[in-house]
Order: sequence, then structure tokens, then C-alpha cells
Amino acid sequence: MRKFLTGTMLSTAAVIAAGSAYANDELIKLSQDAKQWVMPTGNYANTRHSALKQITTDNVGKLQAAWTFSTGVLRGHEGAPLVIGDMMYLHGPFPNPVYALNLKDENKIVWKYEPKQDPNVIPVMCCDTVNRGLSYADGKIFLSQADTTLVALDAKTGNVVWSVKNGDPGKGETSTGAPMVMKDKVLVGISGGEFGVRGSVTAYNMKTGQRVWRGYSMGPDSDTLIDPAKTTNLGKPVGPNSGTNTWQGEQWKIGGGTTWGWYSYDPDLNLMYYGSGNPSTWNPKQRPGDNRWSMTIFARDVDTGQARWVYQMTPHDEWDYDGINEMILADQQIGGQTRKTLVHFDRNGLGYTLDRTNGELLVADKYDPKVNWTTGVDMNKSSANYGRPAVVPQYSTEHNGEDVNSKNICPAALGSKDEQPAAFSPDTGLFYVPTNHVCMDYEPFRVRYTAGQPYVGATLSMYPPQGETNMGNFIAWDAKTGKIAWSNKEQFSVWSGALSTAGGVVFYGTLEGYLKAVDAKTGKELYKFKTPSGIIGNVMTYEQGGKQYIAVLSGVGGWAGIGLAAGLTDPTAGLGAVGGYAGLRNYTSLGGQLTVFVLPN
Amino acid sequence: MPLRKNLFAIALVLPMLAGGAAIADGAGDPTAVKSTDGEYFDKDGNPTYKIQADGTVDWYTYSGYRRYHSECHVCHGPDGEGSTYAPALKNSLKQLSYSDFLGIVAGGRKAVNTAQESVMPAFGTNPNVMCYINDIYVYLRARANEAVGRVRPEKREPKPEEYTKAEDACLGEKR
Repeated sequence: MRKFLTGTMLSTAAVIAAGSAYANDELIKLSQDAKQWVMPTGNYANTRHSALKQITTDNVGKLQAAWTFSTGVLRGHEGAPLVIGDMMYLHGPFPNPVYALNLKDENKIVWKYEPKQDPNVIPVMCCDTVNRGLSYADGKIFLSQADTTLVALDAKTGNVVWSVKNGDPGKGETSTGAPMVMKDKVLVGISGGEFGVRGSVTAYNMKTGQRVWRGYSMGPDSDTLIDPAKTTNLGKPVGPNSGTNTWQGEQWKIGGGTTWGWYSYDPDLNLMYYGSGNPSTWNPKQRPGDNRWSMTIFARDVDTGQARWVYQMTPHDEWDYDGINEMILADQQIGGQTRKTLVHFDRNGLGYTLDRTNGELLVADKYDPKVNWTTGVDMNKSSANYGRPAVVPQYSTEHNGEDVNSKNICPAALGSKDEQPAAFSPDTGLFYVPTNHVCMDYEPFRVRYTAGQPYVGATLSMYPPQGETNMGNFIAWDAKTGKIAWSNKEQFSVWSGALSTAGGVVFYGTLEGYLKAVDAKTGKELYKFKTPSGIIGNVMTYEQGGKQYIAVLSGVGGWAGIGLAAGLTDPTAGLGAVGGYAGLRNYTSLGGQLTVFVLPN
Repeated sequence: MPLRKNLFAIALVLPMLAGGAAIADGAGDPTAVKSTDGEYFDKDGNPTYKIQADGTVDWYTYSGYRRYHSECHVCHGPDGEGSTYAPALKNSLKQLSYSDFLGIVAGGRKAVNTAQESVMPAFGTNPNVMCYINDIYVYLRARANEAVGRVRPEKREPKPEEYTKAEDACLGEKR
């Protein structure tokens, strides 16, 4: 079964290859110690796989809550805490408190940091005031606040070492994503795709906070850091002005393509990977063209920001299939040879496998069989449409036009999967994916841009696929072949990040508030525990005092908390149908709490 | 508007006195008594909805459904039902008068307590909201009175010609 390089082997190879002069040796070394959880994604490859194996398929059923901690905030809690040595660093949504807890001393609060922020940033955060976590390096904790202030805190004291403003909330620019440290740089993105924000990734010097580079998702080549001759798209140079020549007029200036997802890094190739979000507005008629490089997988050189390759998944988006979901780096056997792959589960319902060295498209298949807006991606390299999804006219809101309600489009705008990250087990070779199983009606109409105001331009209603009642699935996916290995139905969308462990157990949370453990091979449910509030956080693990712990943040909210709080309705049930499907408010209420699990003595 | 406030107090008390199951409406009786260019008004001159026996809704209510689900639902949830952190407006309109509603939408609102800070932005300068403020109001008023259900209204009156003219003028650009 060991056809695949394990995560450890991948990291070890990377350390050897990267050389000590440039790589962040400290972080790479720390990330190899499974007892700690040193970055928001677990490791640079974003596999969210831990080598800890004290908790196994045999004993996970005995798991118990060991200790709990309240953040004092009652909004959506995304992300997961870090564990560095004996310390845990925990974040919260706006006002973004940070706690340093001593795991060796009764989880005592060593320090707390709470920034002063103008509460006017709250309503310009499109879908709740979430924050996806912290990063650590060089004795500092990095926090990207809601108001886009990136702050470096002394990990020992919580004192501010430096801080820098990355954006302007007055224009709708906010921050929800976790910063990531690569080499000597802290990388941060920006949120605000529903406010006409032009997305970018910015690198700051880890020691000083000085800006090193910024790469925009669209605009002139000098803004996008695209080299017309060297940056490739599906193997070919993109040519000049690729970030403006598929836009009409100056719409690209308010073009969206925000960057609020997770970032991965291959130290060997010195490339970072992320996806850009939806073009703005949601009304496709107001932005003719492919709208490059929204909805795009970017591979950028970490030192210069220069784009090595790009691949646009959903040209000219018509459904808000925001392309920000994580890029998981795993080396896999495809066609008889080991490929350095990148695996991405897009909002548009397609699971992509690419060669991460050059952006070659290897697999693009539906990871929810109900996906209907496309018949599939053209994989013929000699075709003029190579790499493009074929759009079904019936579900094309561009084709149907403004003021027309296009019905039964699957997936809904929240995607077959949103930001909640998947995990990869090198032991099974499978990806564990939290998914949404929701369809929508979508009606675009004309809107006008005002800085700092919502710029949406479509109305939509969401409901489960016809004839079904489950709004989510938790699936295992084979990215080599593009096939679902097993699939568990969930009543609600699964909005929690998964954790894979060497004990053969995969963990995830549910919107009702359950932490669940399943068998990585079969999906069989082995354990569940109802935490105080719905889970939209990511499950993580660490070891302390010889014991393996599992931790997850509860605190319902985010987009799931908006759409599902009152329950979805069945549009075919006609006038007066109320609560056709289960409402989340019947299962859980607001909270903000970390629950930590352990096996009994 | 003290007069409206008094009306609201009376409106709250009256159903109790009558012992009936009448639904509260912060602007008083929502019954449409007159109409101008496809827009309906109640006896106090406040905008209101008009739902025909076969379920056909007036244009403003339909338009309000669309605008609500573009501008408001990202916080207030689908169909005015509320989200995990923002109130259900179908309930709020059982207490708010028309002028209260206008004031809050245009000027924003803050509710700060120990557990959370809720902030409603000021939409006063946003044409996508303010040009359709009556549309959104009558839709939510219809929801508060349970005159329309949770789904998209299926049948509607045609878009009035005067409406299109006013819309173009308000948005300040030609379609």
C-alpha cells in the first residue's frame, strides 16, 4: 500500500534540498515534530496529517473531553490553535483576542493580547467576523486582524514587536485569513470580494514588518508580478497584460479575486500556492471576458512574488465559485511515475490534480456527483478549449441573462466545498474532504459600485439537491483517478477542517457541534461528542506529557451560520413552505470554545 | 416621530385587548388603500404590499425580495429569518415604524455588549440599497405580516414604466 511518499519523507527531502541559507530551518524542523502544531495548516504541504498514533481506530471510541477553554467571543470560530513547545496560542474572531496558554501548567493564561479596532470593520466583513488563526516563527506570533493590521507579538510576553497596515477597511478591505510564514517572510491575503476589493498577496519581512512584495490577482503585469514571457498557463507563456486584457474598461480595478484562503509552500521548488477568489460583481453581464486572474491557482516565487504559473479554473465566473480553497501538496503515483502534485477541491465542485512544478493539469473531476453547471473540463491538450470547463447553458447565468432566475444550479455559491480544509493521509493515499451538498437559484442584476459598500449584484436561494435532504457529505477522494472512495452523509454542510492521523483515524466537526472520528479506510464512524456550539473550526492534534490530544474550536457562524441558521426551504414546495429542511438553530447556539480530547488513563 | 411611536404602542396593545391573533406591524395596519404607478400605500401613507388572491405580488414586493437577498441577506439571513449574529428582520418590522426603518438603514446602528459587538453599516450612500429602500421595506413588511412565505414570490405584477424611469434616475446611469 505504500505507493506514496509520506509527508515526512517529503519534508525531509525538502530540508536537504532547500539549503540552510534561505529556508526557515526553525519552522521546517518544528513542523517535523508531530508533538507540536506549528502552523495553521499543520505543515507547509497543507496535508493536515499527523504522525501521532496513540489514538487509534481501536481506542478512539473511549475518547474523553480533557479540558475546555472559552475565548469570550460569540461569533463564528474558524481555524485552530498552534502548539509550540509547551505553549498553546489560541485566536478568536473580532475583536481578535490572542491567548497564550501554558499546557504544562494547568493551561494557565500566560498572556492575552486584544487589539483595539474600529468596530466599523464588522459590517464590511461579508460573512461573519471570522479569523482563521495565527502563525509562529522567530519567537513571534503573527496575527492578521480584521482591520487588516498585521501584528507581530513576542511569543513570550505578547508585547507588540511590530505592526503594519495591509489594507483599508474603508474600501471594504478586511482580513479573515491566517498569515503564513515562509522563509523570512510573512504572507497575508485580503478579503472583500463582495465589496469590489482587488485581491492581492503581500509578503512582509518577518523581523521588521517591512513590505517586500505584493502580487495582485488582476491588473497590469507590474501589479500581478506576471512575466509575460516566463509565467505560464497550461505550459504556455501568458503574454503581455494578461491581467487586464480579459476585462472591459477599468472593471479590473474593482475586480475581486481576493486571497483569503490557506497558503501552501514547497521549499524545494521555492513556490507558494494559493487560489484567487470570485471576480466582482456577482453579475457576470457587468464584466464581459474571462476576468483573469480571478478564480485562479497561483504558483509564486516566495522571494520575488513572481508568478511561475497560473491556471484559471472558472473563467468568467457566473456563480460565485470563489477559488480560494487550499492547495494540498502530495507526491503521488500517476501513470506509473511519481508526480509532485497539487490537489485542490474547488468551490465549483471539481477536484483538480496538477503537477505543481509546472501547472500541468492531470485530473479534473466532480467530487460531488450532483455538480451540474459543467459537463467537465476539456483535457485535450490540442483543443482550443484545453483546460476550460464546458458550461451547460441551462445553468449559465450569463447565458440566461440579467433579471432571469436560473434554477437548480449545483453546487450553490458556497461551493461543493468552502474554505474548510481537507486532509491527506500518506498511509491510505486518500484525501478527506468536508463538503457541502447544496444547490441554488441565482438571479443576477445590475448594481453600482460605491467604495466600502457591498457590491454583490445577484440574489440567490439555496436548498439541497432535488430529492435529497442531507446538505453535506464527508468524503474520501482518490486524487490520482478522480474518484470518491467512500462518502458519509451529513445533515448539514460540513464546515470544519479535517485532521488525518497515523492512528488511522480521521477527525472532523459538524455544524450541529459534533466532533466525529471515522476510520480512514472505510469512513465508519467510531466516535462522536457534542461540543457546546456548531463547529466551523479545524481539528488539530498535539502531544503533551506523553499523551496525544485532539482539539477543536466550537462557535457556529461564518457563511454557514447565515444560510443555515433558519434552515433552507424547498422552492418547489410553493408559497408558504417554512423550514422544509432542518434549521441549525434547532441544534446549536452561539459559542466560542476550545474542546480538547484525550484517552482515559 | 412621536406620533408614529404612539401608533406603534397602540398597535402592540390592541391585539391583546382584542384577544385575537393579529400580527404586529410597527407601522400599523398594512392594508393597501391606494396605489400610484404600481406602488401601494396604507392609510397612513406608508409604503405597503399588495398580494392578490392568486398569490400575485406587487412589483415592489418582488423587487424587494431580490434586493434583500443581494444586499441584506449576507448578515440577516435568507427570507428575513436572521442569522447566527444578525436579527430576523421579519420580526424587527413588527416593532419598527417606516421612519425607524429608514433611519437605521441610512444611518446604521451599533449594539455593543459584553458578549459581542453588532454593527449595522450606514447604507445612506449606497444606491443599490437606497434606490430600492421602499422595495426592501414592503418585502420585509409582507414577511412580518406573513403575507408572503419564505420562497421567491412566483407571480408578480409587471414592472411599472414609471419605476424603470425612477430606477435609472436614481442609479444615475443608463441601462
